[in-house]
Amino acid sequence: MTVPLRPPRRLVEITVDGEAVRVPEGDTILDACAAAGKDIPTLCYGDTLTPKNACRVCVVEVEGARTLAPACSRKAEPGMVVGTETERARHSRKVVLELLASSVDMSTTPRAAEWIDEYGADPDRFGPDAATVAQPAKVDNELYVRDYSKCILCYKCVDACGDQWQNSFAIAVSGRGFDATISTEFDAPLTDSACVYCGNCVEVCPTGALSFKTEFDMRAAGTWNEDEQTQTTTICSYCGVGCNLTLHVQENRIVKVTSPHDNPVTHGNLCIKGRFGFQHVQNVGASADG
Amino acid sequence: MDLRFRDAEPTAEERAAVDALLGEPETGWEGGARTEDDLRFAAAPAEERRDQLLPALHAVNDRVGWISEGALDYICRRLGVPPAEAYSVATFYSLLSVEPRPPRVLHVCTDLACQARGADKVRRDVEAQLGPAGTSWQPSPCLGVCERAPAALALQAGEHPTATVYGDADFSDPSSFDWISPEEDTPDVPGVFGDDPVRAAVPQAGDPRLVLLRRVGVVDPASLDDYRATGGYAALRRAFELGPGGVIREVLEAGLVGRGGAAFPTGRKWEATARQFDRPHYLVCNADESEPGTFKDRVVMEGDPYALVEAMTVAGYATGCARGYLYIRGEYPRATRRLEHAIATARARGLLGEDILGQGFAFDIEIRRGAGAYICGEETAIFNSIEGYRGEPRSKPPFPVEKGLFGKPTVVNNVETLVNVLPILEQGAAAYAAVGTGGSTGTKLFCVSGTVQRPGLYELPFGATLGDLLALAGGATGALRAVLLGGAAGAFVRGDELDIPLTFEGTRAAGATLGSGVILVLDDTVELPPFLLRIAEFFRDESCGQCVPCRVGTVRQEEALHRLTKRRSAGDLVLLREVGQAMRDASICGLGQTAWNAVESAIDRLGVFAEEAS
Repeated sequence: MTVPLRPPRRLVEITVDGEAVRVPEGDTILDACAAAGKDIPTLCYGDTLTPKNACRVCVVEVEGARTLAPACSRKAEPGMVVGTETERARHSRKVVLELLASSVDMSTTPRAAEWIDEYGADPDRFGPDAATVAQPAKVDNELYVRDYSKCILCYKCVDACGDQWQNSFAIAVSGRGFDATISTEFDAPLTDSACVYCGNCVEVCPTGALSFKTEFDMRAAGTWNEDEQTQTTTICSYCGVGCNLTLHVQENRIVKVTSPHDNPVTHGNLCIKGRFGFQHVQNVGASADG
Repeated sequence: MDLRFRDAEPTAEERAAVDALLGEPETGWEGGARTEDDLRFAAAPAEERRDQLLPALHAVNDRVGWISEGALDYICRRLGVPPAEAYSVATFYSLLSVEPRPPRVLHVCTDLACQARGADKVRRDVEAQLGPAGTSWQPSPCLGVCERAPAALALQAGEHPTATVYGDADFSDPSSFDWISPEEDTPDVPGVFGDDPVRAAVPQAGDPRLVLLRRVGVVDPASLDDYRATGGYAALRRAFELGPGGVIREVLEAGLVGRGGAAFPTGRKWEATARQFDRPHYLVCNADESEPGTFKDRVVMEGDPYALVEAMTVAGYATGCARGYLYIRGEYPRATRRLEHAIATARARGLLGEDILGQGFAFDIEIRRGAGAYICGEETAIFNSIEGYRGEPRSKPPFPVEKGLFGKPTVVNNVETLVNVLPILEQGAAAYAAVGTGGSTGTKLFCVSGTVQRPGLYELPFGATLGDLLALAGGATGALRAVLLGGAAGAFVRGDELDIPLTFEGTRAAGATLGSGVILVLDDTVELPPFLLRIAEFFRDESCGQCVPCRVGTVRQEEALHRLTKRRSAGDLVLLREVGQAMRDASICGLGQTAWNAVESAIDRLGVFAEEAS
């Protein structure tokens, strides 16, 4: 596979935690932190999407700025002095994690538990009556499930469905403030909406609020076990584009399909056939029997 | 764009409302009657008109009272907007409804200034007569009628929508609800503002020392001739003499800073916009005055609308804008009507349009109505709202002077800021700067409300103290307990801190803020904990929901205050402080960053919750 090279860019030098880091012009603080080997937590940041900087868990302290800056979207500027582990930055990250974990079910968010531990966050401090976004999962089709009690409103599914990738515009944020949710028009079921079931929203969801129906059902039955799963990347055989599929297999059955984000053509996006059209692989025996 | 619609049909009334705004649809593809021609080719709406989304939603909401699936679908076809996005925009604004409701809805202000003056009783009376809130009435954030608190606003949908503002509202008599019967349209119900509410709002009206308010309540706000006879359009002529650069120099030398709350130097903003190569440049006048306790821009717009038209023209000339948007909050029907009239008159008389005063300068103003969202007063949220998106703030950088409205260089100024430009040009920068203090030049409008003898809009030179202003307003009605400076996003000061100078630097030194000029007086009849709760409730309601610290933080702040009003707890005070600090440090915009200010100052300065905490 050939990866297209970007034209060379001028380097800018910034200081991250006292250490000089040189990054290409236009890179973000997060890029610079990655270059310096810093592990900054992120949730709403997506490697294939324009940063929305909504979750604020990646905030860092930039010297001379009144407020903290979101590392994921703030561009590195020459001479910038960034502190990733200052008291203010750590405090805000801790509180953001507390606010999120106290209002949203983060049980399927990768690394959430690790960060809560690392920052000493205590989501229970707001008491048993703290408002949450708990609600029944929306199961309105056979392919994927929307469990908005796990939704942190990162906007990634909306962006993936909209003009950044799929251009279907089936979903958007409706309502305002704490009552805001991701919704179709008039909260119609997906089957009545503009959804084309590409599953690119599921691909970018950072919390598991959007999941394959197979995964949702297996989790409900207690049979979901990621440790037993293998991942195999192959090429979709439906058409000539040749998208990469990563098949997640548990007990010799495909349980979910993702796509590598670093693919220079598809950037992790698929269509309904690649994403969900795997049933025929495992229904062979069943149909022969029937 | 390949859009999918759900084929809900609009009613004839809904269709007529949208067509009155957008014109008849040209093809079946845009929602018109399908003809054979339509089947020969597929056509998208002719041009990008996303920015007409909010006006179209308003049109239906004004006509029917709410927006049905059929109406939304039709709007989307006409504008080429995805239904999910139009729904997301419609549900963002509190004045728009996507659920059926009666054509007449009463909005009862329960916000700070009204709460201090009996809003709870009004609310109980209304509830007793109309039942639970939600359909025919709803509690409302500040309606900007604080000088006549408690206030209410009735909005009547129909072919000719009407709005009725109630000052000193009293709904204890059941007959005050006679308008509920749909046949009767009685826009002039008792309790409505008299003929000259503007004069009543300005206790100093007619005082020769007034600068910004000199015409308010004195000159007929509808008459362009009266405006010109009292010095109107002298500033624009002077501007044409000076040239754009000269105007900016005057504004810079005058030391004018923004009056909306942030106090940014206006001249620097203008200079930065003017020198951008990218074209066109836009001017946005921020009249989405929604800070609880603020009504200054409303009074200026109602009492001296031509001044704003002239000031916007000057600003457009200085910064190279051919178009200015005047974004007025939806709760200001009278100001909107006055400005519509003033703009139309100015246009007819050659003071707006292609060739203003024969100087070859082209400039025009378009009014955009807000629809009930405090956040749209944020300088980048206002762009999203005008463009037809949810009024969520954008992240900065890039700043508006580089990429603002429609991605173009934009200068955003508050109403009061703009009208200050007129005296600067009339008197000259030096004379203007001679008034006030070194750091705060000119005069300032103060919105005095709450438990005070003579609430109203006052104009004083910078440098007067809080005590001077309160003396002018007749003092508190009872024993003065505290004053909220700057509104819900501001800070409390104690009743014994009356020597604080009302300047940007003076209030800052005192650990407070001038904000938008709110002086909300609280005497000993006002219970502070419920007042703080209302502040917290305001921010929870008005948070756009984009960033976590504000979306969840404002909820947790309100919950902790609820607990504290019942039982003092040191743990909850620590929790408030920690959440408050994160909101201040990590929120995207000023709403979240200031949502904890007033509560913090009440705890630290007034000692609320202190007595029994352990």
